[in-house]
Amino acid sequence: MAFILRRLVLSIPILLLVSIMVFSLIHLIPGDPVTVILGLEATPEAEQALRRELGLDRPLVIQYLAWLGNVLQGDLGRSLVDRSPVVDEIFRRLPVTIELALGSFFVALLIAVPTGLLSATRRGSVVDYGSTMLALGGMSLPSFWLAMMFIIVFAVKLQWLPASGYVPFSEDPRANLTAMLMPMVATGIRESAVLMRMLRSSMLEVLHSDYVRTAHGKGLTEWVVITRHALRNALVPVVTSSGLLLAGLLGGLAITETIFTIPGFGRLIVEAIFERDFVMVQGAILVSALLVVLVNLVVDILLALIDPRIKAGKGA
Amino acid sequence: MSTSATPQVRAGRQIETVARHETPLAGFLRRFKRNKLAVGGAFILATMIVLAVFAPLVVPYDPLYQDLEHVLESESAEHLMGTDDLGRDMLSRIIYGTQLSLQAAIYAVGVAFLIGVPVGLVSGYYRGFWDEWVVMRIVDAMQAFPFLILALALAATLGPGFGNAMIAIGIGFSPAFIRIVRAQVMTVANQEYVQAARSVGVRDWQILLRHVLPNSLAPLLVQTTLAMASAILAEAGLSFLGLGAQPPRPSWGQMLATAQGYISLAPWLAYWPGFAIFLAVLGFNLVGDGVREALDPRLRK
Repeated sequence: MAFILRRLVLSIPILLLVSIMVFSLIHLIPGDPVTVILGLEATPEAEQALRRELGLDRPLVIQYLAWLGNVLQGDLGRSLVDRSPVVDEIFRRLPVTIELALGSFFVALLIAVPTGLLSATRRGSVVDYGSTMLALGGMSLPSFWLAMMFIIVFAVKLQWLPASGYVPFSEDPRANLTAMLMPMVATGIRESAVLMRMLRSSMLEVLHSDYVRTAHGKGLTEWVVITRHALRNALVPVVTSSGLLLAGLLGGLAITETIFTIPGFGRLIVEAIFERDFVMVQGAILVSALLVVLVNLVVDILLALIDPRIKAGKGA
Repeated sequence: MSTSATPQVRAGRQIETVARHETPLAGFLRRFKRNKLAVGGAFILATMIVLAVFAPLVVPYDPLYQDLEHVLESESAEHLMGTDDLGRDMLSRIIYGTQLSLQAAIYAVGVAFLIGVPVGLVSGYYRGFWDEWVVMRIVDAMQAFPFLILALALAATLGPGFGNAMIAIGIGFSPAFIRIVRAQVMTVANQEYVQAARSVGVRDWQILLRHVLPNSLAPLLVQTTLAMASAILAEAGLSFLGLGAQPPRPSWGQMLATAQGYISLAPWLAYWPGFAIFLAVLGFNLVGDGVREALDPRLRK
């Protein structure tokens, strides 16, 4: 319990800094943000109104505190394009991206766990060499290119899967999954390469530890030693870096969603950037950073609950 | 204490015995060359550099020349990779694209280097309040942002363009550089030769530059190469979305964006630019891995 409390307290300064960085974003716009947002033809009245809405006529510290106060009450402002509350739009789009992210993470695990295990247990073999090469190749593939290749093969040539046409899961689960399959696999393959390398090296480390030798010595079969004893511990570094993995996924999905015209969170950010809807950009980026902080927090707490060594050692 | 002199002498003698057999650089090169994948990566990078430098001499056509009578043609003897929607030669544009990708790698990582190395050095050397409560918390906060989204947002606020995209990517990379340099500094700063240097009155900045920095170079080199791979990917992604290099400058990411509009009509437009990105990123990844293996004694067989 003390560990969880300390971990919670430690994330407060991070959250504050994140909020300051997101707040500063609008002030990084070169020149007068109001002119940039409205364009040169805007009337002085409109400029004045926007300046007041964004609070740009007040001192910086007051602006920040007012903005932070609103954020804490769940108000991220109103879209500059259609005046709708930013929070509503973000939470409408977020589930789509979460489905995509979970799906591609699942694809990544499906590929990475068996190949990572095989290459670690058969170190130096053809299998190890081959999967290491594939992983290096997978890491170097631009996922948006892979997505386009999938579209050419499976949508244009074979016509098995649709190139676009997102349907919400609640409306038609089957159509939803067929539309999401290509983006999930395209993103998942790159992720699997990263995961596989991580898993291989942590597995190699674990396989040389005493307790694995003991397990072998007890006469357990290799399968039991690997799945019950080694894999469990080898997965710890993978779980620890889920926050980083999620951050990578969210970024990559911004492009994937654009290609497949999926109305997700990533595409929302890209659209908002092109519409110069800075309030939307600000809100969306804040939410994506909060998600990463939250995942890191949950992972740390879960690991501490599972593994007493972390509670005793790392927190101090 | 008289002990401060002994380790120095001992360390000096050790270096001498190693040097008689092989300099560290020669040993590194020997181990690097044994790694076939790494040599392959180095070959890819060397080819890219040659193509980028001599692009005007090797391209069959002007990459900006629009031959509107030969639009969207597939691969042929005249146009080995076909022509794009404006009748420009794809091969020539891809060759010119190497310039932009290499520049992306150098500029973005350069920005990360310029921020990360000094901050990491100073923060790790002096430690204390500023290090733990200011620098490292900022690093934590920066790493909470999905990197590509942060780069997107920065590129969008600064305005689209190659230079801004590189600054954005470089800022996104800097936390990793700060962390690596800082961690290395912390291990080196406590070693006897640094304490010895301090005890004879060498100034802090001299210690940092002459003793601490050279010993941080190995992990930094690995990080630099791998970051260059990510920089090329990120630049391609930003250009694909229209926030990187602006037309008509040939950029692989932007060529893919064009290709997307003709995906069923002219799929070959998508093949080559993507393959070029893949090769370039693979080259840096292979070299980075090779450097890491050649430098890390634990990974040696």
